[in-house]
Order: sequence, then C-alpha cells, then structure tokens
Amino acid sequence: MAGALLSDHPTGDLRLDRLVKRFGAFVAVDDVSLTVPKGSFFALLGPSGCGKTTTLRMIAGLEEPTAGSIHLGTLDITSAKPYRRPVNTVFQNYALFPHLDVFENVAFGLRRRRISRVREQVMAALDLVEMTHLARRRPAQLSGGQQQRIALARALVNQPRVLLLDEPLGALDLKLRRQMQLELKRIQVEVGITFVHVTHDQEEAMTMADTVAVMNQGRIEQFGPPTELYGAPRTTFVANFLGQSNLVPGRRVSGGGSHLIPVDCNGQTVLLPDDRCMTSADQVLVGVRPEKVHLLPAGMNPPTGHNRLVGGRVADASFTGVSTQYLVAMPWGQDLTVFAQNVGRGGPVPVGAAVTLGWEPEHTFGLEGETGTPAGRDARVTARMR
Amino acid sequence: MTVGAGPRLARGEHGLQRAGDSPVRRVSLWQRLRRRALAVYAFLALAYLFTPIAYLTVFSFNDSGKSNIVWKGFTLDNWKNPCGAPDVCTALGNSLKIGVISTTVATVLGTMIAFALARHRFRGRTATNLLIFVPMATPEVVLGASLLTLFLNFRVPLGMGTIIVAHVMFCISFVVVAVKARIASLDPALEQAAMDLYATEVQTFRRVTLPLVAPGIAAAALLSLSLSFDDFIITFFNSGNVNTFPKFVYVSALRGIPAQAYVIGVAMFYLALLIVLVAEVLRHRRERALH
Repeated sequence: MAGALLSDHPTGDLRLDRLVKRFGAFVAVDDVSLTVPKGSFFALLGPSGCGKTTTLRMIAGLEEPTAGSIHLGTLDITSAKPYRRPVNTVFQNYALFPHLDVFENVAFGLRRRRISRVREQVMAALDLVEMTHLARRRPAQLSGGQQQRIALARALVNQPRVLLLDEPLGALDLKLRRQMQLELKRIQVEVGITFVHVTHDQEEAMTMADTVAVMNQGRIEQFGPPTELYGAPRTTFVANFLGQSNLVPGRRVSGGGSHLIPVDCNGQTVLLPDDRCMTSADQVLVGVRPEKVHLLPAGMNPPTGHNRLVGGRVADASFTGVSTQYLVAMPWGQDLTVFAQNVGRGGPVPVGAAVTLGWEPEHTFGLEGETGTPAGRDARVTARMR
Repeated sequence: MTVGAGPRLARGEHGLQRAGDSPVRRVSLWQRLRRRALAVYAFLALAYLFTPIAYLTVFSFNDSGKSNIVWKGFTLDNWKNPCGAPDVCTALGNSLKIGVISTTVATVLGTMIAFALARHRFRGRTATNLLIFVPMATPEVVLGASLLTLFLNFRVPLGMGTIIVAHVMFCISFVVVAVKARIASLDPALEQAAMDLYATEVQTFRRVTLPLVAPGIAAAALLSLSLSFDDFIITFFNSGNVNTFPKFVYVSALRGIPAQAYVIGVAMFYLALLIVLVAEVLRHRRERALH
C-alpha cells in the first residue's frame, strides 16, 4: 500500500496549469494557473460560487479537471486517485467518521497505509491540536471547535505534502474563529506543510496567509501577499472585495511630474503614481482606501503635494469606537467613505459640515474603469452593502 | 366529587356575589376531570392493545387437552414440553428456516438494489424506483394466487423452494426502501474523506459506507424476518404440503389450536420484548456513561 502512494517521489511546489472545470455548460473554474510555493500558507479567497472549492477538490482528486494539469514538484497528479496523492483535506463540515472514536478517526489514514507506530503518531497529532484527553470520545460528543481540531489532526497525522482546508472555520462563532486562525497559523509554521486554505472571509485570508489569490467567476483576479493586494489592487473586484475602496472615475490629462500621472476627476486634478496605475486607457478609476483619506474643514488645504478633493459635505457619521466612519457627499453625486481614527485630537466632524478630502498620492491606485461614473459607483455601493 | 359537581355548578351561575369563588372551582374540577380523562383513555387504549396478548399468556398455561378454548385449570406441562402437540415444532422449524433463508437472500439482494438506485444513474432507474413499490401495494391474495399460477404453469413443484421464492419477492421491496433511506441520509463527504485518507474504493465501502449503512440493513433484515415468519396468505397458496407455523395455526383452528402453539407465540412475544428492553437499558447506560 505504502509503495503505491505517490509521496515517495520528490515533491516541491504545487503547480496548477491552465486548470478548467466545466459542469455541463457552466464553467466553474476557468483557466486557472497558480504556483503555491512549498511550505507556504496560501489562501484562495472569493465569494461563494467563484470556483475556489472546485479548485481545491481538483487538487484533492475529488473532481476530475476538464482540462489543464496539476503538478506537485515534478509529479503529475492531475488524474491520480485521491488515495494515491500525498494530499489531505480538512472538510468544510469536518466529515469525521461518526462510527469511530476520535483516536480511530485520526488513525484512519495511517492504518490504510499500514504504517507502524500508529498509537504514537496519533497521540502526537492529538497533542498538536491539544485534544489528547478526548481520544476515546465519539465525534457526536464534541463541540464544533473540537471537531475542527480533530479533523485537522486526522489530516496532519499523515504528513501530507499539501494540506487543503475547505472553509474549515466557517461553522465556528466569531471568537472561536479568531482563536483558531491564530492556532492554524501556529500549526502551519510548526509542521511546515504547504497549506491551501479556501475562504470567503477576506480578514481570515489576510490574517493567516502568506499569499492570497482572489478568485471571481472561475478566474484568479490577482494574487500576492496580503499587503500588496490591499495596497495595490489590480481590479475593481479586488479593490472592493478586500476591504473598502473609494473609486472615483476620471480622465488622464497631460503634464505631471516624473512618475505621477495627473487625472481629472470632475474638474479637480489628482495625482496617481504610474506604477500603481493598472490601465493605459484614458478612462481611469482613481482609488484610495477610506483610512488613507484625511477630513479637513472646507477652506483648509492639505500639505503641498497631497491630493485633494473639495466641495464635500458630511452626509453621515457613524462612531464605531476606534474610528468614525464618515460618508461624504461629493458635488458630482458620489458618496466617498472616510475612516478617521479616534486618536483624541479634535472632535468629530458634524453631519452637514463642508469638508475637503486630502491624501498622499502614493496611496492612490488607478484601475481600469468602464466609461463614466456608474461603474465605480456601483462597485462601491455593492461593496458597502456586503 | 363527581356527585357534588352538579349542584355546585348550578349555584355558581346564580349569585353574582359568588362569582369570584365559583368559577375557580369549576375550572379546577374541569381540569381534574380532563387530566383523569387522559389517564382513563390511555389505560383503555393499552388494554385494547394488550388484552389479546394477556389472554394468550394465560391460556398458554391452560390444562386444555386437545382444544384450548375453555379454561380447565393451570398447568406448566405446555411450557415444559412445547413440542408436545403433533407437528407444532416441525411447522415452527420450517418457518424459522424459511425466515432465515429468505431474509438473508432478500437482504443481500435488496441492499445491492438500494445501492444501485441511490448511487448510480442508469436507464430505467426511475421505473425501478416505482416498480419496487408494486409488491408492497398489491394485495397479498393477488400476489399469492398469481405466483401459484406461475409455478403451476412452469410445473415447479410446490414446497420449501417456492415458499422461499415467494418470501424473498415480497421482502425485497421492504429491504430496498429501508436501506435506500439510510444511504440517502449518508453524508457523501464521509466517503470522500475516507478516499482522501488513503482508503481505496473497496476499503472505503468496507470501513465507512457499510458500517454507516449497517443499522438500516439490520432494521431491514429484522423486518424481513418478521414479515416472512408472519406471512400466511402468500405461503398458503404456494406451500404445497409443507407446513409453516402460521399455516399450522390456521389449519388447527378448525379443530382446536393446541396450547403448545400459544406457548410458542407467547415465548416469541416475550423474547422480542426482552430484546427491546435490554437494548434500551444498554443504550440508556451508554448515554449516562458519556455525560
């Protein structure tokens, strides 16, 4: 049995190459290419139905790709049976075997491969997730969080080359989820196995992963370190799915400094670093994160060299403790969002006050925008509703 | 109490000044009656259900001689020698043999059909799903008579073999329905998890699928066994000279059922009851041990 397992071959990065999965006419995964470096914590982030779970299931061998290939190092595992791959999964609802106790659940993979010293390894895995005292319980007698840990131990005990996690924290309450996020990260660092984590929770992805791939409608929109994705989103989808963004439609104008592109936004000019502009078209969506924007009383100017937009009026202010979220109505009919940290300097800006918005050009990003206002506005509104 | 209720109710309706006192009593009395009514009703319902069994139990101790209709005195002889009456135990043995064989065959075949229907898409699946209900819906007399015609036409000698064929036929439907329900309630992720944990298709079936479906299969087998043991109508048509227990009882009813048949019936009832009780106690104990 052990000889038949493909893990005896040299392994390295997990590589998906032009992976496609169709269910009838529906394209679930559309030409996805990815490289997950060995030993990294990788998150596949996207809304439900974006194809992230299907991608994961193809890596696990539970779905057959319509086209494309999956490699683990030099090894082609595209159509290998699930029990022949050195890959294990933590399922969304844990899928613990109800007829076996915790110990036998964890021992299942070892026993199938006829591996010796089962007891020792199972107890070590249970120790890793701090569950040794529950070894003889049945899954039905465990809480959601405990089941989650057992599912993790059951997969990790096999020392897979890649561990797949399918929304493993989705069923837990907020507090437990936070705690498990940190714990998963600790365990990943401790065991050094490649983790591929599927989630629709952007905060979860950013907290845990070294690299995040944002998926939408079967395609990878962008991937990179969380800070890069957040700071310089490449598409409006990424800009709105990872946190909130203010996206103002504008048009390129001539002039500007060495690496700054001037953009005319409804009669006001703002500057955009050229390396942060993702489009070469004249139409540009100028983006800035709400926490990067400063609120100034009308008539006051931000420091020289900063971008500014005048003529705003505070339409709404909601106090959230650490910060206040302002909604500023701009003269062209768009609402922009500003997060002001409550550092204790100056009181809150009252609703109705006339304000000027200012921010540093380095915090600006430019996205490909469809013609006119609606695209940016719609995307932003949708993001707020979510 | 009940006698006093009438006048008290009447008085309550007269003076307004007593209204504060009377309605309270009236309600409490009414409630007491209602509470008792439920107890009485429950008692009557249980009595209705258990009177025949009590009767059977008592008459299994009757010193009856040939016909067991009139109470003639208490004896333990019937219980000491349940095979005393001619042919009782032959018939019982046949019934058990038929029951075990047809249950085994029906359970194996039915389980396989259930898996095919629940797991695979094939031509005629919908039709099979419907047809499987037909033997359950058809009147037994019709099934028995038509089977007999079939056996006669093909010159199959009636006996043990034809009884078993008939029993397997009507048991299969029940097995398929029971097992299919169990398979449908199975989370497909469990089998995927097994495959993910290095179990081949065969190992997955043996280690995960089968143990999880087992309760359904066991229930189906018990149901088949009791259906087969119990069946009179279809058996009567297709048994030839072979005697089964229900057939024996029916035939002897014409000239008087021996008390030994009562003994066997009562013994089976209390054996089943005992099994249920033991299972309940064990379950209860296990649950308490967990908490």
